[in-house]
Amino acid sequence: MTTIEGRASRSRRARRTWIGVIPFLLPALVLYVVFVLFPIVQAVHFSLFKWNGLTPLTNFIGLANYQRALADPAFLGAISHNALIIGLSIVIQIPFALGLALVLNRRFRGRAILRLLFFVPYVISEVITGIIWQLLLQPDGPIDGAMRSVGLGDLYQPWLADPSTVLLALFVIISWKYFGFHMILLLAGLQGIPRELEEAAAVDGATRGQAIRFITLPLLGPTIRVSVFLSMIGALQLFDVVWVTTGGGPVNASNTMATYMIDWGFKRYQLGYGSAIAVILFVLAFILALAYQRFVLRRDMDGAMTGGAG
Amino acid sequence: MGSRRLVAAFAAVAIVAAACSSSASSAAPSAAPSQAPASSAPSASPSEALAPVTIDWYHIQNNDPGKSLWQALADEYTAAHPNVTIKLTVLENEAFKAKLATDLAGGNVPDLFQSWGGGGMAEQVDAGLLKDITADVASWKDTINPGALGLYAQDGKQYGVPFDLGMVGFWYNKDQFTQAGITAPPTTWDEFLTDVGKLKAAGITPIALGGKDKWPGMFWWAYLALRAGGKDAMQNAISTGDWSGPSFVTAGTELKKLIDLDPFQKGFLAAPWDGAGGQAATMATGKAAMQLMGQWAPGTMNANSPDQKGIGDKLGWFPFPSLAGGAGAPDDAFGGGNGFVVGKDAPPETVDFLHFLVSLDAANRWGATNSGVLPTTVGSEASVTDPNMTAVLAGRAKAQYVQLYLDQATTPALGGIINDAIQTLYAGTGTPEDVVKAITDGAKTN
Repeated sequence: MTTIEGRASRSRRARRTWIGVIPFLLPALVLYVVFVLFPIVQAVHFSLFKWNGLTPLTNFIGLANYQRALADPAFLGAISHNALIIGLSIVIQIPFALGLALVLNRRFRGRAILRLLFFVPYVISEVITGIIWQLLLQPDGPIDGAMRSVGLGDLYQPWLADPSTVLLALFVIISWKYFGFHMILLLAGLQGIPRELEEAAAVDGATRGQAIRFITLPLLGPTIRVSVFLSMIGALQLFDVVWVTTGGGPVNASNTMATYMIDWGFKRYQLGYGSAIAVILFVLAFILALAYQRFVLRRDMDGAMTGGAG
Repeated sequence: MGSRRLVAAFAAVAIVAAACSSSASSAAPSAAPSQAPASSAPSASPSEALAPVTIDWYHIQNNDPGKSLWQALADEYTAAHPNVTIKLTVLENEAFKAKLATDLAGGNVPDLFQSWGGGGMAEQVDAGLLKDITADVASWKDTINPGALGLYAQDGKQYGVPFDLGMVGFWYNKDQFTQAGITAPPTTWDEFLTDVGKLKAAGITPIALGGKDKWPGMFWWAYLALRAGGKDAMQNAISTGDWSGPSFVTAGTELKKLIDLDPFQKGFLAAPWDGAGGQAATMATGKAAMQLMGQWAPGTMNANSPDQKGIGDKLGWFPFPSLAGGAGAPDDAFGGGNGFVVGKDAPPETVDFLHFLVSLDAANRWGATNSGVLPTTVGSEASVTDPNMTAVLAGRAKAQYVQLYLDQATTPALGGIINDAIQTLYAGTGTPEDVVKAITDGAKTN
């Protein structure tokens, strides 16, 4: 119990810990600096130049690449698409995964099989996912046929070909791919909740709904918040599925910041401009991650670490 | 409680995997190639003719028959020149572009490598990465098709030599044309539009188009611009960056006439050229009557059909029709091909080896593969026997001017902007005037 130990012994122990930790930390730290920090600094450097990757870095243009990005409707569109995917993930995808986790946490025959089945899409690679859905959604493809056979033929759209539906279609694909991951995460969280609490609530006369509302969900809070966090960061960096399925089109309607960046940086060889996009993406992700940790996750850390209120 | 532990383990693995993948993808964009100083590669001194020499050669014919043919030619050359070692690097198209970009940025220039000429080559010339071989090829340059050779020259200097030049034209389904009552392929744009109407009336989808990839749609606009404005208007736009001339607006309005007929397959904006539900597959399975595509179309169609045979003998070819009132010659072609450029530090033997690769013998062997490579060495035309390829070659022979693909004639960045702008016409979000404005604006900043 750290709270009853003296200040002096605590700091001595901290120093001893540090002496032991540093040699183990050093290799990781070196790798981190070389492969994470240095490239970030380099990207910031490149982003100040107009550069096609072939010539020496001579054409310094200051912040012009950033101005250009923030004035380009296609890039602003890409940011809004990322934001929309984040919003939809939190509002639809995670509640859906939570519902499934609650159901699959109950004991019934076939539960293990269902858990496995729901988890399978997460194991499939992003590229395969993109190709599968491209095939499913193509005109006169299986989804078209299925809708027609249940009398919904009139509602059918060329989902990926229509700029107004492509983002929703992609959201469905992304949700299909990742809900299993969130479900497993939430299931693991649910299994950490002592069954006795729910039993006690039942003895006290709580309905099943009340037990979920007042016992399960509050105790599952930390897991949900981590799930939301991972979902946000994932949506912000969304690339593979979009690139394979639509390439960001039609007419930029499904661009994300990452597809826009790869398109300009590596297909059009504007490495300076692409670096500026990379920096913007990094800054946005960094701010979001810090803010979320500061305002949302910190409660969990405090609560969980010192065993406070339950 | 085995299953519970299993679930927890699953979750742990999943979290680790997610952490790894997210950190990897955030690092990738910033891992742009570093600009190492151009290293002076050791080049053999020309005075000692028999000193050992290594030629570093990148090509992209990563499938047979091309792959074996290049290997055989390299082996024959080294057998005749024992002091020369050819170091072959065979790459798939996109992998080649990625590797080359990294190598060039690192100052590691291959001695001989794939090039499409045009704007991409110009960037390499401007960066001082290529060798001027004008004097070296002077004695044998007349053995190469002049139009094709011109694609590898800049400001009167030669930097490379082509081995292939094809052109874009219409690949059509003869049976479906007959069904729609079309007796001969159209020769004017107005006839073409009428025939599209006939095909629609017969319940046949007239045109397959891979809108997702953008460049197949660009072909239409570019051909119409070439017919409307001709060589001078094209060259002027490419060199000055002013694409606002009347011929480019005409290209848009004429293309709009076609688009308004709704001639394409369902969902064409999401269809790629090659791959599931794509343009080639649509054509190859008889779901559309024609497509505008380069000489590689039959090969890709075959690969995209269940029996690997496409539509077989039903496939025919005709050139892009003429446009009434247009300034362009009706036989001028829009196309491009493949060739090799010579790196700045290449040993002198490289040009000799290049000459060997485009010799009449080598070109005849390429032609005999009937693989869609149309050799550019004068006199090798007869080696091509496939009837459709012969038709393309005849079209190429008539062309006084070959306009290189717009996304290769310009810089890669402007090429992307051109493709983007033209796509708005197909999606119905842009007007012909918007297109030329977007391209002209893009040319100013790129």
